[in-house]
Amino acid sequence: MNAALIIIAAVVLGSVALGIRAGRRVPMNLENWTVGGRRFGVVIMWLLMAGEIYTTFTFLGASGWAYTKGAPAFYIIIYGTLAYTLSFFILPAVWRAGKRHGLHTQPDFFIKRYGSRALGVLVALIGVLSIVPYLQLQLTGLGFIVEVASNRAVSSAAAIVIAFVLTCLFVFTSGIRGAAWVAVVKDILMIAAVAVVGIGVPVMCFGSVGNMFKTLMERMPGYLAFPGGTPNLGVTWVMSTCLLTGLGFYMWPHVFGSAFSARSAETIKRNAVIMPFYQIPILLVFFVGFTALLVAPGLKNGDTAFLSLVQKTYPPWFMGFVGAAGALTAMVPASVLVLFASTLIAKNIYRTVFAPGAGEDRVIRLARIMVFVIMILALTSTFFFRKELVYLLIFGYDGVSQFFPGVVLGLFWRRATKQGVAAGLLTGVGVVIGLIVAGRDPFLGLNAGFVGLAANAAVTVLVSLSTKSASGGWE
Amino acid sequence: MKKGTKYALMLGAVPFLTLVLALPLVNRERPIILGLPFLLFWILGWVVLTPVFLYAAYRLEKKYNPPDEGGEP
Repeated sequence: MNAALIIIAAVVLGSVALGIRAGRRVPMNLENWTVGGRRFGVVIMWLLMAGEIYTTFTFLGASGWAYTKGAPAFYIIIYGTLAYTLSFFILPAVWRAGKRHGLHTQPDFFIKRYGSRALGVLVALIGVLSIVPYLQLQLTGLGFIVEVASNRAVSSAAAIVIAFVLTCLFVFTSGIRGAAWVAVVKDILMIAAVAVVGIGVPVMCFGSVGNMFKTLMERMPGYLAFPGGTPNLGVTWVMSTCLLTGLGFYMWPHVFGSAFSARSAETIKRNAVIMPFYQIPILLVFFVGFTALLVAPGLKNGDTAFLSLVQKTYPPWFMGFVGAAGALTAMVPASVLVLFASTLIAKNIYRTVFAPGAGEDRVIRLARIMVFVIMILALTSTFFFRKELVYLLIFGYDGVSQFFPGVVLGLFWRRATKQGVAAGLLTGVGVVIGLIVAGRDPFLGLNAGFVGLAANAAVTVLVSLSTKSASGGWE
Repeated sequence: MKKGTKYALMLGAVPFLTLVLALPLVNRERPIILGLPFLLFWILGWVVLTPVFLYAAYRLEKKYNPPDEGGEP
């Protein structure tokens, strides 16, 4: 037992207790469990959304990308900003539809708007398939962070299993409220850790951030402009990737669904206004990646840049805070991911396909059990299919982005039909899988998901125009 | 389209113009501004300004559009 480990354990256990408490006085029906009774105000929405968005990928991946790839990493601060801007225009309409029709999930939205259960099941399936690798990525990141931060006192596998049980507990008891409360602790710790390390490390090593950049530009000219240290991630790749991920961002079933938790459409708008400030900590994470490149070149895995630099420059107890922040950074998104995956399976797949007459209490009971089932699935594949993970994740983002035409046209274009959306969705997903499997991503310098999305949008519009629209009971 | 929505959309287009379309024009490391390489300074600057544009969009929508339905009871 070392100091770092004690801090990690105390913070994580304390947060989980807070998460479990959060659901104590509320009856756990689907409305409370999945969308928090639609009662979240601006502050808690901001913390929850930030909690979902700032994942271990942002923590380790952003510094890793800065370390190995250079400027192409900047796409990470851009696409979030684009996504928040879009959310200002799209999410209030989504929220209103949710309130009017009592929607809980993204497939609910598709079913209600297009009057097609089959389309809802298709959306739910793509959603769950995209969520599982994302969940796996969080678990892998968590294991890695805790193992390093505790100075190998806890193995990665043990950390993953413990965190998995704790996460399941507060999701099971409190649903989205649990996630929101743990997110409060996580966001504060995370920002503090990133601020201390992001400014501290370049200053300690080079005197100032400016000096660090000057040294980097002298030693590796061109690294801080596209395509940086990569052969194929040029400016067109960055542009298409920013657009794709910016559009796709709120199409993740868990982020989309969280919008329903807001108290009002107004809350969502105000939240969108302040969201871009959340990108600033990512800038600090880049600083760490770049500094690491200069003082610790040649790391085998760029994702280890952040932690190895912290380990080198800070006392062990500080590693405890970073480890705790890192663990929560994985647990919060994981909790929301697993919550929505469970609801999708219970409500939109199981009930729609196998038990159309099932009452709400049966659905919520099944959803809460599914939390454990999905976590065990993700856990198993984390331990057995590590290498395929990156591919699955790329596919996940490319996959959920394909919902964009169905959502936006569904909201703002009356002529959009279920045939159009289904055909577009299948075309988009087909193109993406085809290009990735054929090793053609990037395709002509463009992100493969972007190519799929363009094909998807075109097919959706063309097929919609040639079929009869029937949006029964939507307006 | 309502007047407020039109203004809001125009403001909302700004990040897309500056952070996507303009990228080929600003893809350079120098000059260094505030210690940051030019490309990163440009990106960061527009990211930080986006809330300002969105806030303006929010105010204009409020001013020109009828009050939001479905708000707090």
